[in-house]
Amino acid sequence: MRVYILLIILIFLSFTLCAQDITFTAADNTNDDGDAIILEWNAPPSVPEMIISRSIDKENYIEIARITPLLKTYIDDDNIEDGQEYYYKLSVLNEDGDIVQSFTASAIPKAQWFNTDKISLLIMTLLLGSAIIYFIFSARKGKRLYIRKISGLDTIEEAVGRATEMGKPILFVPGINDLDDMQTIAGLNILGHLAEKVAQYDSTIYVPVCRSMVLSTAKEIVKESYLRAGRPDAFNPDSVFYLTDDQFGYVAGVDGIIMREKPAANFYLGAFYAESLILAETGFESGAIQIAGTAMPTQIPFFVAACDYTLIGEELFAASAYLSNEPNQLGSLKGQDVGKAIIIITLLVGIVLEIFGIHFLKDFLATH
Amino acid sequence: MKIFERFLHIDRRIIFVLIFIGVALPLIWTLGFNLEVTENVQSVYDLLEGLDPGTRILISFDYGPSTKPEIQPMTIALMEQAFTSRLRIIAIALWPMGVQMCNEAFEKVSAEYPNIEYGIDFINLGYKAGGMVTINHMAKDFRSTFPADAGGNPIDEFPIMKDIKNFDKLGCVISLSAGDPGLKQWVMIAHDTFGKPVVGGTTAVQAPTMLPYVNEQQQLVGLLGGLKGAAEYELLVNKPGFATKGMDAQSVAHLIIIFFILIGNIGYFATRKQKDTLKA
Amino acid sequence: MRRQIPLLITFFVGTLIIVSEFIPHKPFGNLSTSLEGWFLIISGFAIILGQLNLFKVNIIKISRKAPNWPYYVIALVSFSVMVICGALWGTQQQPGLIPISDKMLNFFGYKPFDYIFKYIFENLSATMFSLLAFFMASASYRAFRARSPESTLLLVAAVLVMLGRTTIGSTLTGWIPDSLGFLHLPNIASFIMKYPNTAGQRAILICAGLGVIGSSLRIILGIERSYLGGK
Repeated sequence: MRVYILLIILIFLSFTLCAQDITFTAADNTNDDGDAIILEWNAPPSVPEMIISRSIDKENYIEIARITPLLKTYIDDDNIEDGQEYYYKLSVLNEDGDIVQSFTASAIPKAQWFNTDKISLLIMTLLLGSAIIYFIFSARKGKRLYIRKISGLDTIEEAVGRATEMGKPILFVPGINDLDDMQTIAGLNILGHLAEKVAQYDSTIYVPVCRSMVLSTAKEIVKESYLRAGRPDAFNPDSVFYLTDDQFGYVAGVDGIIMREKPAANFYLGAFYAESLILAETGFESGAIQIAGTAMPTQIPFFVAACDYTLIGEELFAASAYLSNEPNQLGSLKGQDVGKAIIIITLLVGIVLEIFGIHFLKDFLATH
Repeated sequence: MKIFERFLHIDRRIIFVLIFIGVALPLIWTLGFNLEVTENVQSVYDLLEGLDPGTRILISFDYGPSTKPEIQPMTIALMEQAFTSRLRIIAIALWPMGVQMCNEAFEKVSAEYPNIEYGIDFINLGYKAGGMVTINHMAKDFRSTFPADAGGNPIDEFPIMKDIKNFDKLGCVISLSAGDPGLKQWVMIAHDTFGKPVVGGTTAVQAPTMLPYVNEQQQLVGLLGGLKGAAEYELLVNKPGFATKGMDAQSVAHLIIIFFILIGNIGYFATRKQKDTLKA
Repeated sequence: MRRQIPLLITFFVGTLIIVSEFIPHKPFGNLSTSLEGWFLIISGFAIILGQLNLFKVNIIKISRKAPNWPYYVIALVSFSVMVICGALWGTQQQPGLIPISDKMLNFFGYKPFDYIFKYIFENLSATMFSLLAFFMASASYRAFRARSPESTLLLVAAVLVMLGRTTIGSTLTGWIPDSLGFLHLPNIASFIMKYPNTAGQRAILICAGLGVIGSSLRIILGIERSYLGGK
């Protein structure tokens, strides 16, 4: 009898010692597609290990994770369906791996129609977008807009004229990224204007490309430019050609073209990486006038050092609007400037607030 | 004054020849310039030294052949420290060529550590696409993310992978990264979400962008930046290698460049003075 | 119509992507990822276009015996050899159409594709990359002249960073006591890279980001049509 009483006391003591004050909750993970549930608990560090199990019928629980108490949350996103109720069990193990306590919770995941973490992004997008659209409509109504001079773009006609006089071709390199990079599209937009000038002056242009999709687009752009200039017969489809997808293979190919063909003018407009200096220096050595433009901050210094004119960052994207001189497009440049002003003001206000230990603006603007 | 005019128009082939000699000679004859270990590099070393023998660490090979000259030396130095301290390495790659970089590094280092056994002290789990999604998945279910090693053998066969279900049993995560996906994603998931210490090695160009993560919250415990970071690490592990030789070469090359910059400026100012005098 | 349909597609898809950024609910949540996947698939097929163009351009030049035509032959032969080796024997990660013989494996030590990749392609890439060292020197010599206060500042910063990032910097200022540690060249170089350099790069990135927004809006609204070949 005494043995039995002792055993009962021992069992009771072990449960009492192991019985921790642990809360376990399950809730829909917000700002998602209804495909995740967030589980939270507080467990003391003395707990060696815990098991999370899941069931859809409250009976057949399947283990989904083993965790240590260092973690306080777990996001279950494995085969979760929107609207289906899920039941979770948190099992606390002892040193021997036996389950000593269990806690249950349930939740129904729901898909949200708006990601509240991105409110700040929405506000900024609406502000910038509105500014740009406002100035586009303003320009359409005839309001005159001042755009500062961009020397590199003003030199395009001069460069084409120089090439025609010297009887040498023009080289255009649209960068090494694919069409999904805005810099490539910006470069190709300038190619359209350049090719039209080349067609008018009856000069030659070479456009070696690094990506197949850029090949198709560039070919179409150059062809249309010749058509617009009234010189469809002068268009040579082989003037736009593919070299290779490989970065250094491409730059080796372009360098070879520069050294053999000795173009009078080189245009490097798009996304570049380490090959930027190799291209620019080889072009400098060949004696060509060089106009470069990229939004890659690490490559801009190389172009500035080795080229005659460099379009820095936003100037590359503004080039098409600048060259077309259309009020619609120039209006958008003005809107961008307003956007810049908004950002500068936000930065200054944010710096002052941070200095005084007020973090709400930083927390509000941080995306999650 | 003609000499000053010549300073302005030095044939670049002379510059190329001097750079070639300046880079090549120190690679053959080590000059042994003094190298100081910086705080960020020391932190990486101290973290690994503080781990108990037998601890498993994860190394992510997030670079390819183009950045191999900068990052491979730090990989080798890290592996040497790990094997010396009896740490066990689980290698993965988020870049396709990372697998090859891992194999080459292991081949080189294991030659000096004949007791190291594949599957017990080291394993290469191969490449997985997906970047941050892959890291997130590994953190929750390591075994389903990498069910086999790079050779296609199930990981259950290897003692090093025993009990590895997520990041819990790992001492730390090391990301050797040349871009995206890479170190940033490891910091966001392994440290910020799962609380694992993360250290990194990057190219010299990328290092300034990662420095803000070496902060009070220790998002990055330490950072090896470029060839200099690799050379400092070789000094710490007392195994001078390619990075140390490379630093000598880099130092001489920089001196040559500075010399030519000075020559150019002397020529510029001297001829400008002459022109001003003539004008006056 | 030829121009209207692409513009309508651009407007519709562009607006949809922007809106889906804020809506996690199906089908918007995964829209960007799905479209990126479609792009990858299309660009995968488009690779064939590029290779055909490569062949066409090179064969035309060879047939016309254009200047330096043997080099075009080498280009086509190299291309073909790599494709054949990869297709026939595969790579380390991927099996080929036929298994590699022991004799070949013993001779090369690797599969032929991997052998060519490791001993020819990688070295050629490294050679092109190493040109940067030479070009950096000649570009620096030409560009870093103290013509104005700004260029003088650039020159001084460049010299400090070049010295501070190498062992020379540590050697030159290693004797400075810790109390004046901020004058230690490596510390000055770190300061320049961490603060002014990062600030400048971020400013360029912010402005470039604005440029991307402006450019994208112009394309989505159909105001800019150069990418279609229009004006």
